[in-house]
Amino acid sequence: MNLKSALSALTLSLLATSAFAQSKPAVTFDVGGKFDKSFNEAAYHGAEAFKKKTGIAYREFEIQNDAQREQALTRFARDGNDPIIVIGFSNGSALKKVAAEFPKTRFTIIDDVIDLPNVQSIVFKEHEGSYLVGLLAAKASKSGKVGFVGGMDIPLIRKFACGYVQGVKAGNASAEIFQNMTGTTGAAFNDPVKGGELAKAQIGRGADVVYHAAGGTGAGVLRATADAGKLGIGVDSNQNHLHPGKILTSMLKRVDVAVEKALTDANGTAWKAGVTVLGLAEGGVGWADDEHNKALVTADMRAAVDKATADIKSGAVKVHDYMSDQKCPVQ
Amino acid sequence: MSAPLAPLPRWADLALIPLINVTLAFLVSGLVVLAIGESPLEATAIMLRGALGFGEGIGFTLYYTTNFIFAGLAVAVAFHAGLFNIGGEGQAMIGGVGAAMAALLLGTMPSIVALPAAILASALFGAAWGAIPGWLQARRGSHVVITTIMFNFIASALLVYLLVDVFRPPGLMEPSSRVFDAGAKLPFMAQAAAWFGLRMPKSPLNLSFIVALVACLFVWLLIYRSRLGYAFRVVGANPVAARYAGISPERMTIYAMAISGALAGMMAINEILGVQHRLIVGFTSGYGFVGIAVALMGRAHPGGIILAALLFGVLYQGGTELAFDKPTITRDMIVVIQGLVILFAGALEFMFRPALSRLLSRNVAESA
Repeated sequence: MNLKSALSALTLSLLATSAFAQSKPAVTFDVGGKFDKSFNEAAYHGAEAFKKKTGIAYREFEIQNDAQREQALTRFARDGNDPIIVIGFSNGSALKKVAAEFPKTRFTIIDDVIDLPNVQSIVFKEHEGSYLVGLLAAKASKSGKVGFVGGMDIPLIRKFACGYVQGVKAGNASAEIFQNMTGTTGAAFNDPVKGGELAKAQIGRGADVVYHAAGGTGAGVLRATADAGKLGIGVDSNQNHLHPGKILTSMLKRVDVAVEKALTDANGTAWKAGVTVLGLAEGGVGWADDEHNKALVTADMRAAVDKATADIKSGAVKVHDYMSDQKCPVQ
Repeated sequence: MSAPLAPLPRWADLALIPLINVTLAFLVSGLVVLAIGESPLEATAIMLRGALGFGEGIGFTLYYTTNFIFAGLAVAVAFHAGLFNIGGEGQAMIGGVGAAMAALLLGTMPSIVALPAAILASALFGAAWGAIPGWLQARRGSHVVITTIMFNFIASALLVYLLVDVFRPPGLMEPSSRVFDAGAKLPFMAQAAAWFGLRMPKSPLNLSFIVALVACLFVWLLIYRSRLGYAFRVVGANPVAARYAGISPERMTIYAMAISGALAGMMAINEILGVQHRLIVGFTSGYGFVGIAVALMGRAHPGGIILAALLFGVLYQGGTELAFDKPTITRDMIVVIQGLVILFAGALEFMFRPALSRLLSRNVAESA
């Protein structure tokens, strides 16, 4: 047997294994459900994009209560699903247990960090994206007053708020910011009526740009700002098209890209365990710039936000992360 | 004018009517499943096999049952005193706060000290959260249905505040307390079985199931064999007669709501001490509300509540398995099926009573 035939045999066998080693992915969505118009839905779009490109179907489960987190992960791992994409930080402790039990299964978790050799953790620098839209809000505001409507009052949402406030202050040091959280339960992410009321109250106090980080509640915020002739700012997905010309921009958190990439990488050989932090520099967060808000973003604003983007990427500007010390330097 | 209906025989009242109702609920659910293009027979088979067909499934079913027993008992005790306690969710949350505080403080002590203290704390905190609406009802006339619902929101806000700003270890994204020390972890049933050399599959089922059964016995003794329970029932049946008999309806209202709240609070034994071993947001997951349906179906009797709780346990665990195996049947479909069972077994429970009563009394007349 000469070298050439040995090589070709090797190539053939490699091809054969890679053809058979097609992944059997599974995705668990968090309590909001895969059609929450926001975070989970972005993950769903990422998984669907992977399915469309590769033709590989995936199993899925929508969590309803906390006992199901471990149950679903164990079930998928035992059935031989791999990789398993876990959406949402609430699954962190369940994943810690299950990933240790199934060391050969590859897991990817979005929004939390689990330090295990078979877990890939993907987190986002939401504060950097929020900083940029805050800067835009300060430049677009005529009254010097802007608003923020959060969903449930948890550290993650305070992280959005803190980045936003820093951005606003960078754009206009004397700007006044009104902050409201919609509520203290998960329902606060799905209460558009209350979101609208909070936005109206902020507009009543003089705010003319309102940013929401409130999932489904945000629909009410954006409707209220559009109705009042003020500007809203969307979150997670690009929401500019909801009220064209009345949404200044959207803070993009590319959960869809992260999910699709994790699935694609695991289907090939590029999947790696460890922590991936997706910030501005990695294209994980950003601001939405499309035909719907073209007229709203002036050349001056564009220059300011481009400079801030470059400064954050180079490290010249550091946006404080609320999660690092549970404090926000500015209010 | 219709003649008054003859009373049903006891077996028909307690067994036949619930059976007919549940069967009908499943038939209508079957039509819904058929409408979305799945086989109802296959779906039923998956549900039953998933809930009762293998060790782990049974464990999950009984784990859910434990929650529903506590929630159902809580509603039932208040019900006997003529009160409608809708606040099981909030009372369970505050019970969880109590259990977690005891567990965090005493977790390093041996279990024989830490666990009874944590269990007692869950009941006491729940009782306090139930007694406040009871007091408002008794002394201020604020309707207990309204106040208990409102207290759910207060409890949830308090829980989030405590978890985000007080209990949460720094650096943790999830609003949650730290994990309890070993002494405050209620053993899983599989662990307990291993002490006796038995092997059981792993599941969230833990020793709180036994606590729940003891609670059933306690409620039976309380309601049907104690002076206090008798007073509850008199107040529930006729507050005016109760006062005439020297029973204070106001005091009984507060007592009943406190005991009701304590039982709801004990749900935390299962979720917090038994499964999660830490305090988290939203651990009640609506079980407190399902408790209302459980109590209605179980006729507010501890024996009936065990059976009704088991049925809901089967629906929850079977529904989960269905969602795993049938992508077209989403969790919302499962809520529809559960809702139909509640509708037929709870809200429409008297639908067949007139017909059944006529049928049975005719048979009795013929055979006489």
